[in-house]
Amino acid sequence: MEAAMRFTLHASRGTPNMVPLSAYVAVSAILFGIGLLGVLIRRNFIIVLMAVEIMLNAANINLVAFSHYLESMAGQIVALFVIAIAAGEAAVGLAIIIVVFRGKISTNVDEMNLLKW
Amino acid sequence: MVPFFFAYFAVVSIVSGALTIALRSPVHCGLALLALLLHVAGLFVLLNAEFLFAVQVIVYAGAILVLYLFVLMLLNLKTDERHLHTKFAVILFAGIAVCGELVLLVLQSPFAGAKGDAPADTILKDGSSYAIGIKMFSEYLLPFEIVGIFLLGAIIGAIVLAKTPSVADGERDT
Repeated sequence: MEAAMRFTLHASRGTPNMVPLSAYVAVSAILFGIGLLGVLIRRNFIIVLMAVEIMLNAANINLVAFSHYLESMAGQIVALFVIAIAAGEAAVGLAIIIVVFRGKISTNVDEMNLLKW
Repeated sequence: MVPFFFAYFAVVSIVSGALTIALRSPVHCGLALLALLLHVAGLFVLLNAEFLFAVQVIVYAGAILVLYLFVLMLLNLKTDERHLHTKFAVILFAGIAVCGELVLLVLQSPFAGAKGDAPADTILKDGSSYAIGIKMFSEYLLPFEIVGIFLLGAIIGAIVLAKTPSVADGERDT
């Protein structure tokens, strides 16, 4: 019982958790849609990368929610890997932005067409 | 109490996500993204994932977001007059329609599956980070090492890409 006292905010202690799993999945679906829209409609490359971060966060909410409701640790561990990969993606993406900006003085995704055939 | 906190975190994270892609100035977008990350971390607390909460705040809000803000300050972007795509109304309509349909489907679906071996009581006995550590360094050791190599590659790639070209390289390029 001492362990229970350490985490007062714990969802599964005391009153039963009344938030259904589908509510978490719905929040994550909405956030994923927002991120997808951001990738499609923004013209600034940095904001596009931020929208990708929103999508990764939506996936993380999903993983952790299923990990809690299905009582398995695997979801949280995969979420940790997702965070690590997001860090690598941000580093490489921002380095690419700096290189492009040095050459063309623009971060507009529509003007980056050097690799287009 | 839990539904109240859930509603707060969910609404604020959705609103700040919308602000992230809607605001004009890139720095304001970055700050809205910070609000989103912190409230998603709050959702992790409600889901018994304290370790992920800490990692989210430290790594995402502390490191990745600072990297974004550094690059924004470094590039000194001027706010664009047309910050949206030319056909953004069509994309917005299609996106909202698809997203609404997705949410409807998700709310109607029953989610169930075989229960795993980590119920809340087992996790609470030693804490969330203990449970994650035991699992990660036994069953998921190989993916953990692969992520380490991936991060090393990302660091080297970022350094090679962002290195200021030397004089000889500059002459050859121009």
